[in-house]
Amino acid sequence: MIRYVLGRLTSLIISLTIASIVIFAVIEVIPGDPAAFMLGVNARPDTIAALRAEMGLDQPLITRYLDWVTGLLRGDFGQSWTYKTPVADLISDRIWVSLPLAIYALILSTIIAFPAGIYAASRRGGAGDVTIMGATQLGVAIPNFWFAMILVLIFAINLRWFSAGGFPGWDNPFQALKSLTLPAIALALPQAAILARVMRSSLLDMLGEDFIRTARAKGLSRRQALWKHAVRNALIPVLTIIGLQFSFLLAGGIIIEQIFFLPGLGRLIFQSISARDLIVVESVVMLLVFTVIMVNFLVDLAYAAVDPRLRTKA
Amino acid sequence: MSRNLIIGTALTLVFIALAAVSFIWTPADIENLDIPNKLQTPNGANLLGTDHFGRDILSMIMMGARTSIAVALVAVGIGMAIGIPLGLLAAARHGSLLDELIMRGNDLVFAFPSLVIAILITAVFGASAVNAIIAIGIFNIPVFARLTRGAALPIWERDFILAARVCGKSAARISIEHILPNITNLMIVQGTIQFSLGILAEAALSYIGLGAQPPTASWGRMLADAQTLVSIAPHTALIPGFAILLMVLGLNLMGDGLRDWLDPRIRVVRT
Repeated sequence: MIRYVLGRLTSLIISLTIASIVIFAVIEVIPGDPAAFMLGVNARPDTIAALRAEMGLDQPLITRYLDWVTGLLRGDFGQSWTYKTPVADLISDRIWVSLPLAIYALILSTIIAFPAGIYAASRRGGAGDVTIMGATQLGVAIPNFWFAMILVLIFAINLRWFSAGGFPGWDNPFQALKSLTLPAIALALPQAAILARVMRSSLLDMLGEDFIRTARAKGLSRRQALWKHAVRNALIPVLTIIGLQFSFLLAGGIIIEQIFFLPGLGRLIFQSISARDLIVVESVVMLLVFTVIMVNFLVDLAYAAVDPRLRTKA
Repeated sequence: MSRNLIIGTALTLVFIALAAVSFIWTPADIENLDIPNKLQTPNGANLLGTDHFGRDILSMIMMGARTSIAVALVAVGIGMAIGIPLGLLAAARHGSLLDELIMRGNDLVFAFPSLVIAILITAVFGASAVNAIIAIGIFNIPVFARLTRGAALPIWERDFILAARVCGKSAARISIEHILPNITNLMIVQGTIQFSLGILAEAALSYIGLGAQPPTASWGRMLADAQTLVSIAPHTALIPGFAILLMVLGLNLMGDGLRDWLDPRIRVVRT
């Protein structure tokens, strides 16, 4: 186990290092001067020179990269050019929208997918299975930003149950959750479709195993064998997918936040892109990549803790 | 042939036909703005209605099909052209440092949140269909590399490969002449799935303004334009959405159907 953890940890560090180099390089290869790029075409030369010095562009490449990375490690994400505030502050304000949204969507997706997948597997080939599988085909094919627009059209514009966008803050938790509900549904549905399919096929694999036959031979009913033995074992691969989905939901929230005017990390990225505030873009992207790689790492560890066979395959 | 395959292929062919016909004919010229005739609901003159500039939506859908198919197809092409040789190489040199490097590189690309990187790429290099293709294509490479390696490894153990080696064929020749033909079916099935993911990705990038730029028509762009109009002219948002949905559904059904038809043992990877 220790060898496995060390191995994963090494590849985690390598992944993060390469990720940081790639993100830094992408920002660096912008044709011309990043300072001039950020300030636009009408900037005066002395303004550009001032920003160059502020960004440390007069330093050699390696120094700038190391400065940036050591800053990140200390929690110093640099200073935003447009907001004139530390990037860390900008991020910490907005993470309280993006993170709850991703968790909310993950919970919804699980609540929908588990019963659907288990029901479909237990009725394999029946009408219920065919209906649920058909629904998941649709769920996988629906672009979530379009689904979000449809939700707004029905539940905000026609029925007026929810507001079409905006976020009132966490002072009133009920209102805050309410304003995250439509975005969370839009994010969750396609993921729920994938999860239900994984749940179903994982359960079907389990139902074909010898230990289920043993359980049935022991006198358990189909239902008992399904719930007591199959579902529990089928959960292992499903949990892995849930872990992967969390990072997808966090990153996927970027577009959904745009649609619902939610002041999260996604909107921060877009506003920074249009304001050419590259320091913010660079840091937020690195933060998202870090979260995704970290979650994948934790999922790998959890998986290995549950399933000893995996530890040797590392 | 299964029902999935027939329905899926039919849906896909409809959109390919729409895209192909748009090269020689569309019901109206989409660069022709007709403001007085704007936001018409579907009627005899404009079968799917008009948008906020009075452009014919059916014509826009046809031109948009062209963009979607072109972007997704080239992105799959990039994934196959780079990923399959990498996978073949890794399988041929199984267990070597090269194999390890290729596989770890794949893991790394998989670990990146693709949407975020696609946004970064298009934001920095400028929003265009070409950059969208590159951004989507990069993430297809590890899919094909991993799948190719996984499928090629068991084939290397087979007797006919041993025979080919005895004949003195090089690893490269064996990969091309014996391994590749044996994994073609798998690649076709996965290609269909990646194609559908590419359509969704292109729509998402164009929707946020980082894909094809006007006047090039794109379904994602049409949805972005329709967003503020959704309450007064819902058809402008519903129609492009259904186009994306049906095209992706068609490709997915076709992929599932092809898999069952070509080889029931194949298992595709969905990301």
